[in-house]
Amino acid sequence: MSAPQSLLDVGTEYQYGFRDEIEYVYKAEKGLTRRVVEMVSHFKNEPDWMREFRLRALEIFLSKPMPTWGNTQLLNEINFDDIYYYIKPAEKQGRTWDEVPAQIKNTFEKLGIPEAERKFLAGVSAQYESEVVYHSIREDLERQGVIFMDMDSGLREYPDIVRRWFGKVIPPADNKFAALNSAVWSGGSFIYVPPGVHVEIPLQAYFRINAENMGQFERTLIIADEGSRVHYIEGCTAPIYSTDSLHSAVVELVALKGAHIRYTTVQNWSKNVYNLVTKRGVAYEDATIEWVDGNLGSKLTMKYPSVYMMGKGARGDILSIAFAGPGQHQDAGAKMVHAAPYTTSTVVSKSISKGGGRTTYRGLVQVDEGAVGVKCNVRCDALLLDDISRSDTYPTMNVKEDDVRIEHEATVSKVGEEQLFYLMSRGLSEQEATTMIINGFFEPFAKELPLEYAVELNRLIALEMEGSVG
Amino acid sequence: MSQPLLEIRDLHVAVDGKPILKGVNLTIHRGEIHALMGRNGSGKSTLAATLMGHPRYEVTRGEVLFEGQNVLEMEVDERARAGIFLAFQYPVAIPGVSVANFLRSALKSLHGEEMSAREFRNALKAEFKALHMPDGFASRYVNEGFSGGEKKRLEIVQMGMIKPKLAILDETDSGLDIDGVRIVSENVNRIASEDTGVLVITHYQRILRYIRPHFVHVMVGGRVVRSGDESLAHELEQRGYDWILQEVGAEEKTLQEVG
Ligand SMILES: Nc1ncnc2c1ncn2[C@@H]1O[C@H](COP(=O)(O)OP(=O)(O)O)[C@@H](O)[C@H]1O
Ligand SMILES: [Mg+2]
Repeated sequence: MSAPQSLLDVGTEYQYGFRDEIEYVYKAEKGLTRRVVEMVSHFKNEPDWMREFRLRALEIFLSKPMPTWGNTQLLNEINFDDIYYYIKPAEKQGRTWDEVPAQIKNTFEKLGIPEAERKFLAGVSAQYESEVVYHSIREDLERQGVIFMDMDSGLREYPDIVRRWFGKVIPPADNKFAALNSAVWSGGSFIYVPPGVHVEIPLQAYFRINAENMGQFERTLIIADEGSRVHYIEGCTAPIYSTDSLHSAVVELVALKGAHIRYTTVQNWSKNVYNLVTKRGVAYEDATIEWVDGNLGSKLTMKYPSVYMMGKGARGDILSIAFAGPGQHQDAGAKMVHAAPYTTSTVVSKSISKGGGRTTYRGLVQVDEGAVGVKCNVRCDALLLDDISRSDTYPTMNVKEDDVRIEHEATVSKVGEEQLFYLMSRGLSEQEATTMIINGFFEPFAKELPLEYAVELNRLIALEMEGSVG
Repeated sequence: MSQPLLEIRDLHVAVDGKPILKGVNLTIHRGEIHALMGRNGSGKSTLAATLMGHPRYEVTRGEVLFEGQNVLEMEVDERARAGIFLAFQYPVAIPGVSVANFLRSALKSLHGEEMSAREFRNALKAEFKALHMPDGFASRYVNEGFSGGEKKRLEIVQMGMIKPKLAILDETDSGLDIDGVRIVSENVNRIASEDTGVLVITHYQRILRYIRPHFVHVMVGGRVVRSGDESLAHELEQRGYDWILQEVGAEEKTLQEVG
């Protein structure tokens, strides 16, 4: 069945009249219907199973109620009928930097991606609007048999691998937003690392929201085959728009026996974005999954990276930071599911709230029956910069085994008067001193980032602090 | 005589509404080393923190002039820029901030211009060496996990980098072993010069064997009750504080009778 002709005709010559003048071949209408989903699938020329998958997911999305936790008030403000679910840029996918359209390069320029990062663009996939427009795989990766491409191409070129894992780690029925993503996903990254291959350079993707009122529904799937190693980095910045924007990604990781995946994210969505992301990894025997997750922007973020430790000796690590300023709520956390014996997990969550901003840690530690010798350590530190900001911790423990060691520690503190006095007595202004204390608080996170990202993070924090103290 | 470096006149200070300093007078000229002695709780740290501008210490009366400028109207960082330095009795840990990063930023704020990375590194290295500390401390987080003695040495490393006009050392000797006291003292003597003033707060005479004061003051109950030369410190060492308390008590009684 093909999509109705009328839909396919819409906006063939569409000029979206703001920001960079990108020519759209097609622009979907607002709102989510079966026809829109069918059209997306048709437009992408997908196999039947994917179209069926999308349509089933749509049913689930429509029938599932909104989550009853998180910030339900903000969630209910989302108007699903006022969102574009799919946009495709006219430009073809570029293979080299030279082929990337000048307009898009301009946008990168405006985003201020530093020179140091641009050099990485040789191995980067950058998502512009809903489609990956630029994608290049470094030759040495190709030689090693590493697959690194956008998800749409992955589906086309590696249907067997994709079909085997897609939607298996996070089924559409997992939650309302996973269902939404499953129905209308577009773009995102697909990575497969063959057995025993260690990818030395971090694989990076840069993407952002550009069109007003446009949802972004990336779908990322990473499979690290036995004994392999890979580090994927995702960084986002977005310009500020006046109306709300929805970002609902799904990230699925599979670390087979002895494999190691690290997934690093630094997100700075503009402050009107709803960032509702489902991230989950499955770690088999002796495999490790690490989530390094930084959330600075957005209006509401709900994100709880999780690791399901399915094989003996598997390991999960989550290191996250969140910064919530005025009008922002960072509802983030971690889920560690110990389904096998001798599995180990650590969670370090650090959050800062200021100017009435709100941070929440929401975490789950689950130990299944028979999972003996489990070790789990959870540490949440919250820093409040004033009296009007807020931080809460909601840990859930679901432990069905005795032979386990679980530690949970949570602290809430304020920027200490004594620390400020000490730093200021050495000549730092109050703002400089506060920024320094905050950067120090986030340092355990920053030192896990590649240098360019750490510098960018410090810069973002300094910007956040500007004019806000004193 | 030239304009004093620091002039404290009739300084009254309260914390949470409770009066602590009750009329302190003290004048320090360039090139002078003053010792301030007194029992625990007599108000020495209160004076030090007030001079540096700690927000919890409320000046209820009196004035403080630094090079003729009214210090009490200045923010903490402005005082630092004016040339006042406090070596803390209890240095504070700043987790996640390396000593090098901290000092580099501090120097930039103090001088308004940045030293070259190389110049800075060399200077810091030299200070660590002088204080018998391994360079590795440059990348440690400020005071985090430092021993008591290491914290005190780091204060003097900072003093050496900053080169203040007035250094207030609040019980820098406590927490240091014998060698530590000697090393720290040698460095204070090295950094101090004809143009700088030093106020050494201590209740032991030990450090004063190395940093030899031109004047010794004794604080009791938030006031400087005795001032003298080095011999006053010796006397305190031998006789303790009780005799001063008695004398002061007698004087106060007389004052009350007269008043
Ligand atoms: N921040 C503070 N809050 C409450 N009381 C204080 C504070 N600082 C000093 N004090 C009180 O003031 C008095 C003098 O203390 P301090 O100046 O620390 O004495 P010293 O340094 O001579 O031992 C003590 O009684 C102490 O308890
Ligand atoms: Mg004291």
